Order: sequence, then C-alpha cells, then structure tokens
Amino acid sequence: MATPEAIGWVGVPLAVIAGAIRVSTPFLFVSLGECLTERSGRINLGLEGTLVMGAMSGYGVAWLSGSLWLGVLAAGVVGSLFGLLHGVLCSLPKVNDIALGIALMMLGTGLAFFLGKPLIQPAVENLPSINFGWWSDIPQVQEALKINPLFIVGIILAPAMMWAFRNTRWGLIVRMVGDSADAARAMGYNANTVRVLATVAGGFLAGIGGSFLSLYYPGSWNEGLSSGQGITAVALVIFARWNPLYCLYASLLFGGAGALGPALQAVGVTQGYYLFNAAPYILTLIIMVASSSSRRRLAGAPAELSVTR
Amino acid sequence: MRIVAKMATGGPVEVLLVPLIAILASALLFAGFVALAGVNPLEVYALMYKGAFGTWFSLQNTLQRAAPLLLTALCTALPAQMGMVIIGAEGALVMGGLVAVAAGLPLVGMGAPVFLTQLVMALAGMIAGGLFVALAGALRHWRGVNETIASLLLSYIAIAVMNQMVEGPMRDPASLNKPSTGAIGDVYMIGTIPGMDVHWGLVFGLIFCVLTWLLMFHTSFGFAARIVGGNARTAKLVGLPVGFLVLAVTFLGGAAAGLAGMVEVAAVQGRANASLVAGYGTGGILVAFLARQNPIAVIPVAVLLGGIAASGGLLQRRLDLPDATVLVLQGILFVVLLASEMLYGRLAVPRLSLASFLRLRPQRS
Repeated sequence: MATPEAIGWVGVPLAVIAGAIRVSTPFLFVSLGECLTERSGRINLGLEGTLVMGAMSGYGVAWLSGSLWLGVLAAGVVGSLFGLLHGVLCSLPKVNDIALGIALMMLGTGLAFFLGKPLIQPAVENLPSINFGWWSDIPQVQEALKINPLFIVGIILAPAMMWAFRNTRWGLIVRMVGDSADAARAMGYNANTVRVLATVAGGFLAGIGGSFLSLYYPGSWNEGLSSGQGITAVALVIFARWNPLYCLYASLLFGGAGALGPALQAVGVTQGYYLFNAAPYILTLIIMVASSSSRRRLAGAPAELSVTR
Repeated sequence: MRIVAKMATGGPVEVLLVPLIAILASALLFAGFVALAGVNPLEVYALMYKGAFGTWFSLQNTLQRAAPLLLTALCTALPAQMGMVIIGAEGALVMGGLVAVAAGLPLVGMGAPVFLTQLVMALAGMIAGGLFVALAGALRHWRGVNETIASLLLSYIAIAVMNQMVEGPMRDPASLNKPSTGAIGDVYMIGTIPGMDVHWGLVFGLIFCVLTWLLMFHTSFGFAARIVGGNARTAKLVGLPVGFLVLAVTFLGGAAAGLAGMVEVAAVQGRANASLVAGYGTGGILVAFLARQNPIAVIPVAVLLGGIAASGGLLQRRLDLPDATVLVLQGILFVVLLASEMLYGRLAVPRLSLASFLRLRPQRS
C-alpha cells in the first residue's frame, strides 16, 4: 500500500484537484446565486456577509436540532432573508445596491460573530460524503474523491440554471428585467418584484454555500471561516460572463488555487504560505484585469447592471 | 457658492435631519436587538456613553480610536467625490504600516535623528498606501475594472503580503508567539499631544481632513475632480485630464490610509504585525458614508464611531456581551443610513423659509 510519503510531489496536483472539488463548493453556490441576482440587473456585494451568516446559522441549527440537513436548509432560509433585505431596500428610491451590499457585508459578519459566539465550542458532526474513490488503493486518491452531495447538487444546478435562463418563461423574465427595466414594464412586469425574488433566491444559494463551510469543509464554526470567499465569488461571476456553466468552471479553478497553499505545505514547502493562500484573490484580480475593458461593455453583461457602467 | 450648490440638491435642514433620523432609527433597532439578547438597552446605552465620552479617560480612548478612522475614512470619501466606491482602506493601512517600518528600521539602525526618521516613515507610509489605492484607480480608468471589487481584493492581497513579510524576511527572531518585525524603539515613537494621553495621529488626521476638504471644495483641482464624479463624459468633453485626476485623488485617499498605518506602527504598536488588521479600514468605510463623503463631516462622525468602538470593551466586561456587539451596531447603522437616502426630497421640512434665508447670504458676501 502506498503511504502518504511515497507519492511525494505527485500529491500536489492531486491535492489541487481534490481541493478543486472540496473548496469550490462555496464558490459555486455563491457565484450561482450572484449570477441569478446580477442577471436581473442588481449586484449584491453583501453575499460575503450572507455566506458567514449561512455558515453560522447552519452550524447552530444543526447543533440544536441534531439534523445536519435541517442546518443546511436553515442556512438557505437565513440567506434568503438577507437577500430579501437587500432586495427590498434596493427597491426604495435612491438606494444604491453596491453601497448597500457593503453595509450588509458588515451587518452579516457582525451578526454572525455575535450570535455565533456560543457555537465555537460545540463540535457538530460533518455532512456525509459519497466515496467515489473505492477503486483506488492510494489513500490520497480516495480522499480526493470523497465528494459531498452539495457539490453534486451544484454541478447539476449550473447547467440547469443555464438551461432555465434560455428556455423557461422565468428565465426570460429575469433576463429581460436585467437588460431593460423599461421593456419589462412595457410587458407588464414589475422590475423591482422580479429583482427582489432573484436576490432572495441568490441569497438562499449563498446561505447554503455558507453551511458547506461550517458543516463540511473546514467543518466547524469560527470567526475566521470565510475570508473573502463571498466577494471572490462575486468577482468570479463577472469573469464567468454571467453564464452559470462558466461559473462552475471558474469555481473549480478557484477551488484548486485555494488548495495550492495547504498542498505545498503538506510536502514541506513552507515558504510563501500566506502568498499561496492569497492565490485566489491574485488570480481573480488578474482575470478581472485581463477580461475588462474601458472602451466597451463586457460581452454578456446585463445592461441594467451598475457594475459594468 | 457652496451653499447654493447644496440648496439645489435638497436643503441644509435635510442634510442634517436625514442622518439624524437614521441614527435614531438604528439606535431603536439596536435597542430591540440587545433586548432580544436579554440585556436592558438603557443599560447598554448608559454604558456606551460612559465608555465613549463619560470620563476624561474614556474620551481620550475615543479620540485615540478616532484618529485612524479620520484617515481611513478619507480613503473612501475622496475617491467617492469622483464617483468611485473604494473599500480597500484596510489594505492601504497595512501596506502603509509595513513600508513605514521597512523604511524606518535602517534609519533607526544608523541612529538617524528622530524627526527625520519619523518624517521618512510617514512619507514612506503615505506613498505606499497612495500607490496601493491608485492602482485600483488606474485599473478602473484604463482597464474598466470595477474599483469596489478590485480594491477589496487588493486589500486581502495586502494582508497576505504583510503576513508573509512579518513571518519571513522581516521577522524579528525574538518575536516568538506573535510574529512581528523589529521594533523601532521607544525613542523613535511618536509621542502624545501635550496634556493628553492621545498620540499625534489625531492631529495628523484633523489636518488631513481639513486640507483635503479645502482641496476638494475650494480649489479648481477639486472642482475638476467633482466634475469627473458628476459626469465623466462631460469632463472629457471639456478637456479635463480625467486619468490624472483619477490617479491623484485615489493616491490622496490611499496616502491618508497609509499614514494611518504609519501612525499605528509609530505611535501604538512600535512594530508591524497582524495587529494592524484591526478593522479601522472597514470602520472608515462606514464613517465616510455616514459623513456623506464630505471630509469635514468625517471629523465628528469619526469621533462618534471611535466612541462606539471604545465602549465595546466596557460592554464586554460589564454586560458579558460579545465583542462583535459593536460590529452589529455598525452594520445596523450602515444599512439604515443607506435606506434613509430615500428620504431626501421627501421630508416636509420647512425648506422654503430657511432656504430663502440662506440663499440671500452668499449673494451678499
């Protein structure tokens, strides 16, 4: 049997792939949620706060009720409440969605730290994973292929959402509202109502992404749980050109980048640990610089979105 | 001129009244929140007042915390005059502190004069913070990258770079359980204002706020910058150097936050370490929005927010509330404040009489 030492440096790409699967789930859920919200013409930067709130409430409910999946659901519900707050307040005249997002980021983090104080001690069992690595003798491969059901939900959700945007009545309404509120009004739809619903749904997904952090990986609640995954995921949507399927690929890429630091540390490269941990942010920034332009609008951008002015 | 410009957007009564309503409403909401948490809200507010402004000691603590907030708030407020939302003050502060130490330590080693060392440190911190935020401005102007997201990402990167430097190349081997750079030593520290226990950073912050207010509202440079904020296309049409203005204003904002980092290092910590990430950057964002992005209004708001932060410790000790209590109050305040934007132009304030009264005066002078 191969021991962990025996595979040595081969472990790095393997750990990156494992990380891509394990770490990407919160990115995936937040970015799909944000994709839906942004397609309706609003940007919710508060998803960072929603993610932390989801992590805290998912953990708390799982601890109190003893049911892990109830915790996941609770995280989604709390997330959608935050989405509702953002959506309704942004529907008021003169309220700016970007600024409100920053405010909700602060409120969500503060509330989660306040309410989550008693949750740092208790240990909650983690969500079960499905073992797809039974065929391999190498423990790292088995470890890499232990896949969480939420990840599978996510990879089904991404193409489903893309299909829904293209082919369903609701998808068309969301896209129409995102491209022209005037057109929507002419067709008899209230742009604000659609946007509130899209933000609520986006918040639900981001909340579930948060529950993954506390209930699966890293798998406990503490105040350093999310350090910018939420905002990275928001940036990722721009990079993914508001296409849910690209959100999936981008999430995998970011998950892999996030796993690079710990993976290198495991094989003894301790130099630059913090810099490798910052890899997802550096990657996001480089991608944003490479894919933006000051002269034209971004391809695929919803025309009503303030972020692409 | 200025009063007339403000009249057009809604009247001075409104400009004071709406934030007051917002603060009152958030105070009520927060009271409800702590009541739900099982604590008497009146007791909380009494303690907060005591911990923030009640005694000479707490007032000094408040001013000490307001000093960096004055500077980090400018990092958001100045670019906001050009229509940009920059939220990277935390990173600019960290960069400023780190580079200030890097520039100061060799001078300390050579035994350079104290004032010269402090000056070099301040300039290094301001340049580092300034370049850092100007990068977000440059990316926005020349590449169309959203400056809000870019500045926040840069902020995370800056914190990672600081941790890396403090754990690696710049680490003082003597700092065991909390990795830090070498200390600049007591002699080189910035002292306190005579008669107070508050360091000179407060004065730096006040000067910075007044000077940038003059710059933005009483010079042609500031006027040009605010035209860019109003309508970038118009600014280009009339031949304003938009790129230069963007760079200059973002640099100034970043320099303010970088100076805050230098002050934290040279007046409080004595060295650079993870304590630089103390939430002054995020607090500054709230201060800037509460001050409606006006550098002069930043001063009272920073004192208010500094007071809230200063009272956190007392709340923790006396009422056993978590340290995040202050964050919750800040979050509620921020959300309610933004929601209160809708009140502008909708309040039945006695605008006519007061407006006509004020409208006469600038014409006379």
